[in-house]
Amino acid sequence: MDRSITIIYFAWVRERLGIDQEQVNLGEGIETIRDILTMLSERSAAHAEIFAAVEKLRFALDQDYGLPTSLIGSAKELAIFPPVTGG
Amino acid sequence: MIRIEVGTDDFDIGDESLKVAGQGGGAIASFVGQVRDDGNLLSLELEHYPAMTQKALREIAETALSDWPLHAVTIIHRVGKLSVGENIVLVVTGSDHRKAAIESCSFIMDKLKTVAPFWKKETRADGEAKWIEERASDVAASEKWGK
Repeated sequence: MDRSITIIYFAWVRERLGIDQEQVNLGEGIETIRDILTMLSERSAAHAEIFAAVEKLRFALDQDYGLPTSLIGSAKELAIFPPVTGG
Repeated sequence: MIRIEVGTDDFDIGDESLKVAGQGGGAIASFVGQVRDDGNLLSLELEHYPAMTQKALREIAETALSDWPLHAVTIIHRVGKLSVGENIVLVVTGSDHRKAAIESCSFIMDKLKTVAPFWKKETRADGEAKWIEERASDVAASEKWGK
């Protein structure tokens, strides 16, 4: 059965992509955050360029921090953003 | 008791300290972060991830409550466009003793800066706008707590 996940972007990631969110269908073999990044990298040159520098990004699955190797499981939302700068 | 507020409204440190003091103890510590005047900064725009912000701040407050003998923790963080001198963030902690209040307040700020999903974009007087980058010193300060 096909599952889908909402990808949401913040700060300069959102600005450089020109979108604040998009939908991804999780087909066969898409299990980790890194798998999603690889798939999204085919959508545009901006995606590919941003996701190539994974060390400059942070990830949250259903609002909990994750790593590129984290399993997506049943998460409904993946947020991709730069390191936080609040306070 | 934990109080978390995230929004565009300003806060009053006196009012917030009194609310924490009213929950017991004789030691109240607080920290206020403001938009710094570095000469040619026009404004700061604060963006956040609403669904995650509350959760992240609550987890930090809960860790503080479990690791120090506290009566109350208040965290208020503003978002949106802020000018030089305006308030950004307030942390107030209340305990029976000075050390617990001060240490936990410091812990909360160190964690907030590296975990809570806020991003600052600065606009300079010449019109140039850029996203502020993570500082290694903030990461080191957060990691030194080991929790």
